[in-house]
Amino acid sequence: MIPAPFDYVRATSIDDALARLSGSDGAAKLIAGGQSLLPLMKLRLARPGGLIDIGRLSELRGVHRRPDGRVSIGALTTYDSLLRDATILRYGLLSDVLPGIGDVQVRNVGTIGGAIAHADPASDLPATMLALDAEIIVISVRGERCLPISSFFQGPFETALAHDELITEIRLPAGRDDVGSAYHSIAQPASGYAIAGAAVVLGGRTASGWDTCAVGITGVGDQPYRASAVESGVLAGASFGEAAARATDGIRVASDIHADREYRAHLAAVQVRRALEAAAARLG
Amino acid sequence: MSSQINLGPSGVSPDRPNDVHVALTVNGRDREADVEPRRLLVQLLRDDFGLTGTHIGCDTSQCGTCTVLVDGRAVKSCTMLAVQADGTSVVTIEGLAGDRDLHPLQTAFWEEHGLQCGFCTPGMIMAAADLLARTASPTDDEIRDAIKGNFCRCTGYQSIVTAIRVAAAAMAGGEASEKSAADSAGVGSIARSTIVDGGVA
Repeated sequence: MIPAPFDYVRATSIDDALARLSGSDGAAKLIAGGQSLLPLMKLRLARPGGLIDIGRLSELRGVHRRPDGRVSIGALTTYDSLLRDATILRYGLLSDVLPGIGDVQVRNVGTIGGAIAHADPASDLPATMLALDAEIIVISVRGERCLPISSFFQGPFETALAHDELITEIRLPAGRDDVGSAYHSIAQPASGYAIAGAAVVLGGRTASGWDTCAVGITGVGDQPYRASAVESGVLAGASFGEAAARATDGIRVASDIHADREYRAHLAAVQVRRALEAAAARLG
Repeated sequence: MSSQINLGPSGVSPDRPNDVHVALTVNGRDREADVEPRRLLVQLLRDDFGLTGTHIGCDTSQCGTCTVLVDGRAVKSCTMLAVQADGTSVVTIEGLAGDRDLHPLQTAFWEEHGLQCGFCTPGMIMAAADLLARTASPTDDEIRDAIKGNFCRCTGYQSIVTAIRVAAAAMAGGEASEKSAADSAGVGSIARSTIVDGGVA
């Protein structure tokens, strides 16, 4: 399978990429690893008129801790690099999620920024970013913006990114010693994509429950979402099982040949409960 | 094509104005080609360079039989554009052994019955080469994870796992020999230097 024809240019700098992206008026797409985009182009589900290759912009690669304690991940950092980074692996849910993304070949090339921008409603990373309250730093010829992840995903493969914007960085809050996190999912065996996946950040154990609970869910709705009913249940002292039962409150649950609506909703609740239990267990 | 847009000058000839010139090292040899941007790395290797040891199976980034090493890392060459490989060092199954008859992985696949029809074998071996460059003595779980992106539909995975384990032992055991010194000047050193280069800053 061969993609439809397109024009190609390798960006020499971030500014070069932004100028070309802006000049293309939405006809060109950025390509980094291409592990999501190229399969779509080969199936001709995507037919961009041009590709601007940002894969060699090494300034967008790497993980570092900022002076304020938050962790900055360059958008072009590959899954494989993340999987070998001690700072990243301290986040329990990231140590859970990264080994299961794609396969070695995909992880060698695929990038975190690409996964966020692609916004596949069943991919694993977006749910973890939601649970972590990540910030997405984007840039265009018009300047830089910092987008909260909570409003970033807007539909299947749709994000708050404007057509001339490029993700430069994903910023994670500093980890807290009294917070545990975990990711649990059940994947469709052939594709590896989540039928239901749950990312949990849990902490601040109190006499009556918890003071921090964030739950991100993927594979279930038409975009990854925060399960606010589960969160408020946990904060109010409900058992994990009771709280997890509300994993799909207010969500139009997807249905396909792998899992119908009822079964998928059940799986979501199970994954949420397991992730809550695993996050609590990490707190000892 | 009317759907194409002009992102700036890249053309290498008037009749194919969108072609891009690529220059890369394949199995230690400098190669060049003028390619359409949509040309896949696997097409460049097979059709332009005649290296048909790299197979096309599913063509949808699932089966892994097109796996090659790009700068030492296993990559599915059906899911990489030839232009993305410009300037890189690519190793295919044809170049894995270097000056020897067979690489220890090839020997082990032969001896341990790691193949039957052989279609998946080039990809299996290249994925295993990535693993062994990073993990000299992998556990069976690590071996299975390393070939998760490679499908075999006939031999079964057990003898493939065994072959990779045997190859790892042979490579570790032979390190003192002259043959292995040549070995680490080949794929191993490419992989190791790339891990440093590609590591997080």
